[in-house]
Formats: sequence, structure tokens, C-alpha cells
Amino acid sequence: MAIDRRDFLKLAGVGGAVFASGLAGCAGMSMKQDDFYFVQLSDTHWGFKGDALNPDAGGTLQKAVASVNALKVQPDFIVFTGDLTHTTDDPKERRRRLAEFRDIVSKLNNKNVRFMAGEHDASLDNGQAWKEFFGASYYSFDHKGVHFIAIDNVSDPAARIGEAQLAWLKADLDKQAKDAPIVVLTHRPLFDLMPAWDWATKDGAQAIALLMPYRNVTVFYGHIHQEHHHMTGHIAHHSAKSLIFPLVAPGSKPKREPVPWDAAQPYKGLGFRSVETETPAKITEYPVKA
Amino acid sequence: MKRRQLLIALAAGALFGPAARSQERVIRIVAKKFEFTPSEIRLEKGVPVMLELTTEDVAMGFFAPDFKADVEIVPGKVARVRLVPDKAGTFEFICDVFCGDGHEDMGGKIHVT
Repeated sequence: MAIDRRDFLKLAGVGGAVFASGLAGCAGMSMKQDDFYFVQLSDTHWGFKGDALNPDAGGTLQKAVASVNALKVQPDFIVFTGDLTHTTDDPKERRRRLAEFRDIVSKLNNKNVRFMAGEHDASLDNGQAWKEFFGASYYSFDHKGVHFIAIDNVSDPAARIGEAQLAWLKADLDKQAKDAPIVVLTHRPLFDLMPAWDWATKDGAQAIALLMPYRNVTVFYGHIHQEHHHMTGHIAHHSAKSLIFPLVAPGSKPKREPVPWDAAQPYKGLGFRSVETETPAKITEYPVKA
Repeated sequence: MKRRQLLIALAAGALFGPAARSQERVIRIVAKKFEFTPSEIRLEKGVPVMLELTTEDVAMGFFAPDFKADVEIVPGKVARVRLVPDKAGTFEFICDVFCGDGHEDMGGKIHVT
């Protein structure tokens, strides 16, 4: 029996909180696509060590994998939006961390998994090691009537998308109808969320300008280790929680800094999300459970 | 253009053009993983300076968003960026080229009085 997506939240095994206004950017789409949902995980930073921030750094990712596997209605696919591993200067260690990450997430029951790089994975070698494991760093695909575009704004250590990729993006978008439902996946925010904290993409405004003629665009990203929602015109941008440690809210402190582990509330501020593409689409946040 | 206007224009060029810029104070900053030396610089409001930046190891960036001063620092080359301190206070600058574990804490302060 087909399961009504509206029943999904009741059925989901791990519970969660729904972002009330949903996917504003998709609200007006013509919805020719079949309803489905996907799961976004981000900023797992495999290889990070620091008990003050996460004494279970070696076990949080596995708990998230178990939580996704426990979803009673499995997603159509899963996406990791970058910083799969924590940075290291040692190319061998980088590859070891990428291999371990790949092995852990291979335990996901759903094998339709899309990967993106973060600056911790890719900026020190322009994405070379990351591509050995996961292939192209930017790409697009279609799923049940929704066009997904993964943008790489991390392989350049100066946080640029770059002229070549912007030209590819334009060519990709040229094939889409102006009312096509489009979901953009990226690591850094495309807009200037907090440039003084490195929470921006140098040429992100050019990508947004290319997307602006399209009426139904929503962006999901990571990097800032917390949920955040922002509009640039009619385009909604939603950042995801981390799976290693949260960072303080933009502008809330003089400098960017992590939020220390709270032993009274372990895993507080960590989690993943589901995104339902029905109208209105919904974002549901899930915690990491001990 | 009348002769008087021409003289005024030439004088203005001497005061504010390339010749004037060559007289600006130069501040040299050295970057290395994961610090700038000096990490604090003191400027006078309204007095532009030229920053000359070098790196001792990998590529770095210097970014002072409050003054829109942004330059990449490539090993073996001197990077120059003009900074116009048009407001008083203490402002942050950061490395905005990812350079490794410690990059996220790499920065300094600009004091303008």
C-alpha cells in the first residue's frame, strides 16, 4: 500500500522537528513530479578529535547511519553536503579518512547516496583525493521531475566556484524550463551569510544570478554546522546541522567558535534532516540519539 | 581647459593620484600556518596604507571585510592591497584561503583611531 507522505512524520522512527514554513522556494512549483523525500547529512568531519567538542567523534556518524536506517519509510536517496572528513595535511591520512568514511556510510540500507566535498576534504589538494573516492565534484541529476544541481565551492581553497563551473551551470540551467523545480546542493552558502567568518562563496552571487530567472529554486547547504534559513529574492537557502559539533549562530559572538559538548544534553545541536518535495515541501530535523 | 584649471587638476593628481599613493605608509605582514605577523595593526582614520603581504609556506589570503580589502598571498610573491581606514574601531581580518587545520582560527585585528 502506498504510504501518504503526510503520514511520514507519524511513521518516522526517530522523531524530529518540522521546519514550519517548509520549502518556500518550492511552494509555487507546478508539482508534475511524484512526491518523494530525500535525506541530507552534512559536516561529519570523520577523523576529528576533541573531547571538549565531541567525546563520541568516533561514533556519531555510525549513530546517524543507524538513525537513517531506522526510518520506517526510506528516502529515495541520501546526500552528504560536504566536510565528510576533517582536514589533514597528510595526503595518506586524508585518503585513509575518506576510505573509513566510505566504509561507514556503506552500512546505509539505502544505496542511492550522493556525495559532495567540503573544504576540509578538498581545499588542500583541489579535490584530488576526494575525486578518487567519489567522482566528479559537481554534477546534476533528475529525480522524479526535480532537477538537482550539486555545486562545488570548495575545491578552490579561495572558495570560488570558478568560471568553468559557472559556464557549466549556465549550460545546465539553459536546458530547464523557467518553472522547473530545481534543488541546488552545495557546501558553503552561496550568499554572503557572514564573510568575516568565511561563511560565503566568493563568486556565489554569480551562481545566484544564474538561478534567479528560475521560479522554483531551493538551496541546501552545510558548512555552518547549524540550521539556518535565508531568502535571496524568491530563492530559499537552508543550511543543515553538523554531525560533529555545532558552531555559534552567525554574529552572536565576536569570532566564529564551536559550541562545547553539553554532557547533560549529549549530541545537542547535531542531526540530519529529511526534505519532502510535496507541496508545500517540508524539512524535518532529526537529532542524533545516544 | 584653461591654464588655471589645468594647474588645479595637476595639483589634485599629485595629492591623490599614483604619486600620492607612493608616499603611503607600507605595512609588511608575513603569513605562515596559522598566523599573521604582526597580527594586530594600528591605523589612523582617513589615512590609507599599503599592505604588503608574503607567505612563508602555503598560499594564504588576507581579507578585511569591513574595508573590502581582499588579496591572495602566493608563495614567492609579494601581494599588495590598499586599505582605506574610513571608520574608527577594532576590526577583524582573516585568512580566507583554506590552508589547513588551524585555518579557521587564523586572523588578526585592525585598530583604527
